[in-house]
Amino acid sequence: MKKKRKKLTLLQKRSLTGYLFILPWLVGFIVFYIRSLFMTGQFALNELTMDTVNGGYNLRFVGLENFLYAFRVHGSFKQVLTSSVLNMLIDVPLITFFSLFMAMLLNKKFPGRAIVRAIFFLPIILNSEAIQAAMDLSAQMMQGGISNQAAELTATAADTIAFDVDYLIDMFMSLGLPASLMDYLVAAVARINDIIAASGVQIIIFIAALQSISGSMYEVAKIEGATAYETFWKVTFPMVMPHIITNVVYTIVDNFSTSEVVQLSYDVAFKEFNYGLSSVFSLVSSVITCIILVVVCGFIQKRTFYYN
Amino acid sequence: MVKQIAVKDYLAKAKAITQDTDQTRKFFNNVKKILLTLVQIAILVGVSYVILSPIIGFLANSFSSNRDAYNPMVFVLPQYPTLERYSLAILRLDYFPTLVKDLLYTLTVTGVQLLICSMVGYGFARFDFPLKKLLFGCVVVMIVIPSHAIMLPLYLTFRQFDPLGLVSLITGNPINLMGGPIPMYVMSFLGCGLRSGIYIYIFNQFFRGLPKEIEEAALVDGAGVWYTYFRIMLMNAMPSVITVTVLSVVWQFNDTFYAKLFLISDKIVISKALSSLQGNISTLDKILEPTLLELYLDAGIILVLLPIVLIYLLLQRYFIEGVERSGIVG
Repeated sequence: MKKKRKKLTLLQKRSLTGYLFILPWLVGFIVFYIRSLFMTGQFALNELTMDTVNGGYNLRFVGLENFLYAFRVHGSFKQVLTSSVLNMLIDVPLITFFSLFMAMLLNKKFPGRAIVRAIFFLPIILNSEAIQAAMDLSAQMMQGGISNQAAELTATAADTIAFDVDYLIDMFMSLGLPASLMDYLVAAVARINDIIAASGVQIIIFIAALQSISGSMYEVAKIEGATAYETFWKVTFPMVMPHIITNVVYTIVDNFSTSEVVQLSYDVAFKEFNYGLSSVFSLVSSVITCIILVVVCGFIQKRTFYYN
Repeated sequence: MVKQIAVKDYLAKAKAITQDTDQTRKFFNNVKKILLTLVQIAILVGVSYVILSPIIGFLANSFSSNRDAYNPMVFVLPQYPTLERYSLAILRLDYFPTLVKDLLYTLTVTGVQLLICSMVGYGFARFDFPLKKLLFGCVVVMIVIPSHAIMLPLYLTFRQFDPLGLVSLITGNPINLMGGPIPMYVMSFLGCGLRSGIYIYIFNQFFRGLPKEIEEAALVDGAGVWYTYFRIMLMNAMPSVITVTVLSVVWQFNDTFYAKLFLISDKIVISKALSSLQGNISTLDKILEPTLLELYLDAGIILVLLPIVLIYLLLQRYFIEGVERSGIVG
């Protein structure tokens, strides 16, 4: 055995050590990801019954029945899926541009910057599903309880104080703006809370990206007489372009992992115990996410400028 | 009289400004600058308010007494502040024991994540081996695949945990690991914990940016690979270690997906206990009024957020510095 070891060249030894370093992950990836994806695919084609006594499970091959059921019979799958995808398509550009804008503001020097930055990264902490769930629950209880009246009272109070949005919308509509654009804008404004809550990590990534742009570029732009607007589009934007891909990927994945489809497939599996159908939901939604990722990344990649 | 002179002064100034083009430009530049700063301040304050408003709401609600809850005149500041919400929420959440257990769980998982992910990241950054590009592609795939795509197989794997048939060889039956935190530890040890892919990516980017000379010097001085890694490279990677620590602690503490999937008990994961708080209080303390129950929930939310916000505030400065220097940006 020792003799064999001596025969290894330095390079081979290095590559063996490299494998040693990544070994835990490699095992985990094969066991938890490759095997699991294979099993999910298998479940989707079978009817799975749990053996509650021993904890095992039995499979009965049913072919594409689960898929057909999901798309033809199931009451809400198609709606939930399309609404999740549409929400994602609205959210992703908004979050990306909002976080780029905020990163540019936070990157400037101003008094109290440390505090403002600390506040801006708070959503990473506050974006907790548990708190969201608890609040949803309490909202449900409020609707059912006696305090319906109280809720109505506050609603009317808010109406009198609140700015009349319909008036603005009417104004823009009569200016001749297309209705679809107005819909998008109204949806964007209505989502401002969600967008801010979802853009903590993205702001961090963009701040780091902005810091890595060398100051000499801005100096050159200034000497050449570029305005702030031109500097943004000719210097800042191309330089952060590679990180836009990172952010878009992160946003899409993050957005999808909290979407309703995930909730639906969880409920179907663990409340209705229909594992095959749940696998179909997971599989279909994952494939759609991956297609969106590939298309969007390909689209951005073509227009990306790489400095190095 | 005085007024007239002042007005004359202003008029003269205005005349000078309008007649002299240089001064005009300066004046407009100043106005523009002031307006821009005002807009910036407005945006920053506005967005900060949007972020902080739920916390302000929770805080205000959690201190208000029954009289305040029904008084429509009370806005934000309760008239008769009380600590009763907190005392009952602490009792029903079993706060301190649960919190200690949860923090212990979160911190140990974070430690495991740090160790494994930095190791894997280092392996990818510094060693050349066949199939390296393909395997690193797998790391990216791991980030991209939504974890719900693999949730059922994971559930089944840990429901009857039987690696290579070893367990059933010893005890005769596969063991059921549901209900405890062990599945999470196993997954983290194998580099597949909560968002491990992102951490591996961060570490990889950072190690790639460190100069190779450090390791060569260590090698010449007779340090082995593992010594170099633990004592030299990891020490130099502090910015990304802090970044990953903060992200991992926060995400692990807030995670409900895996906690729900592995049925980890309420006694260990405090954010899970939060969702049953209202029910517990209404059955055990006979408080059935939803408006009042919500106040207890708000107190519970503040209690759950408190430790994580404290950790964040402590590490916040290093975190932001670390993010700027660490490998998030390649």
